Amino acid sequence: MFRTVAELIEMAEKENIPISEVMIRQEMDVKEKSREEVFSEMEKNLVVMEKAIEDALKGVQSVTGLTGGDAVKVQKYMKEKTPLSGNLMMDAVSKAMGTNEVNAAMGIICATPTAGSAGCVPGTLFAVKEQLNPTREEMIRYLFTSGAFGFVVANNAFISGAAGGCQAEVGSAGAMASAAIVEMAGGTPKQSSHAFAITLKNMLGLVCDPVAGLVEVPCVKRNAAGSSLAIVSADLALAGVESRIPCDEVIGAMYRIGKQMPSSLRETGEGGLADTPTGRFLKEKIFGVTV
Amino acid sequence: MKYNSVFDIIGPVMVGPSSSHTAGAARIGKAARNLFGRQPKWAKIHLYESFAKTYRGHGTDFALVGGLLGMETDDPQISKALQLAQEKGLEIEFIEDSASANHPNTVRMIIGDDSEQQELMGISIGGGKVEITELNGFELRLSGNHPAILIMHNDRFGAIASVTKILAKHELNIGHMEVNRKDVGKEALMVIEVDQNVDDAILQELQAADHITSIAKIVS
Repeated sequence: MFRTVAELIEMAEKENIPISEVMIRQEMDVKEKSREEVFSEMEKNLVVMEKAIEDALKGVQSVTGLTGGDAVKVQKYMKEKTPLSGNLMMDAVSKAMGTNEVNAAMGIICATPTAGSAGCVPGTLFAVKEQLNPTREEMIRYLFTSGAFGFVVANNAFISGAAGGCQAEVGSAGAMASAAIVEMAGGTPKQSSHAFAITLKNMLGLVCDPVAGLVEVPCVKRNAAGSSLAIVSADLALAGVESRIPCDEVIGAMYRIGKQMPSSLRETGEGGLADTPTGRFLKEKIFGVTV
Repeated sequence: MKYNSVFDIIGPVMVGPSSSHTAGAARIGKAARNLFGRQPKWAKIHLYESFAKTYRGHGTDFALVGGLLGMETDDPQISKALQLAQEKGLEIEFIEDSASANHPNTVRMIIGDDSEQQELMGISIGGGKVEITELNGFELRLSGNHPAILIMHNDRFGAIASVTKILAKHELNIGHMEVNRKDVGKEALMVIEVDQNVDDAILQELQAADHITSIAKIVS
């Protein structure tokens, strides 16, 4: 079983297989399941992701009315204008936000690695898909590659906002997506690890400060940030740019930073954006309590 | 390692909005119900730290109760759980506990009916993964990922051997096992995680073994 990204990369290089394959083999081994069983279990997750995006693009609203409808707005903008950051980028952002709009509306999503950060992996997948034209199997492999990196983060640091802030959630999710994009685009395992490191480095220190404690503001738009950064980092790594700080050390830094974060900035809805005049006003309006 | 499967990371499929506060909460609720063995009539739910501060926003209350009613993380009925509990005669009380806890997402569930009461402490460690850390005063570490058998027994020599002998006879592999006691020679608890579900016939056989007082099973 691999414990670090370094071990993961070493296993992939030694056997000359992609990262997704290392993850698939490990899962078969740990769960004593066949390749078909492991694949079909992951395909179920893919179907849920696809359906959530489909629902989002029809337009959803959360119960509070704080979020919803932005994914549709972005798609409309893409049709009517030429987005400055390009269509692929805005498509990813729209689908990532859309997934989280469905989540905020208590719809069905697949946590990747968490629900609050569930937009980054599928958002990028269903945008990059338009350009790379992957097979269904390659799309499923994208999820195994993402999962392999998330697995290392979860076991060496944390993936929840309550434990380590948003850097642990959207930071991990965006970084996982970067690594998977690189593999789908034909990059090497090492390039995947650089893409992962670059994204996570740029998410370090991000706090979890949800307004009224709801997974809405700023969570939905943080998925826009995570998914767009994922694409930028993947492009950098594919261009040959390397992270000076190795992946595992970036994960270690994320862990230590999370440990130093006060609890007011770890999903308690007490600090940061939650503690702005508008944040407090919205909480009072929704729950009818004075803060 | 805390996480051993890719599906802990890519998954679970769940009703939003939070994997730790909604999906994890539903799983803790379900574990409490499975351990109790039936639907309780009342539940006193103490919430700590992030759970206490944000439970309404995350639907943690709905999810815990949904779990007590036997719902899975992806059951769309979760959003109606509080109302369903009322209809099914399950009385609920939430307590926002200001005491500090070892983990930011901690819940203590005291549930019961006319004949029995059970107290359980659970933590939601991220991505929907949970651990049961305490049961009726016994410390334990139960992931809920695998079927498990919980056996209350008297702290006497041979009690553990009689249980493992029966499991071996039925070719049940033990994935994780721990034994805990309140004091030498007193009440003790055996927690055994196994790879496959255990038939009721085997449970009856275990129940009849030496020094065993009661048995519960958790289906993963």
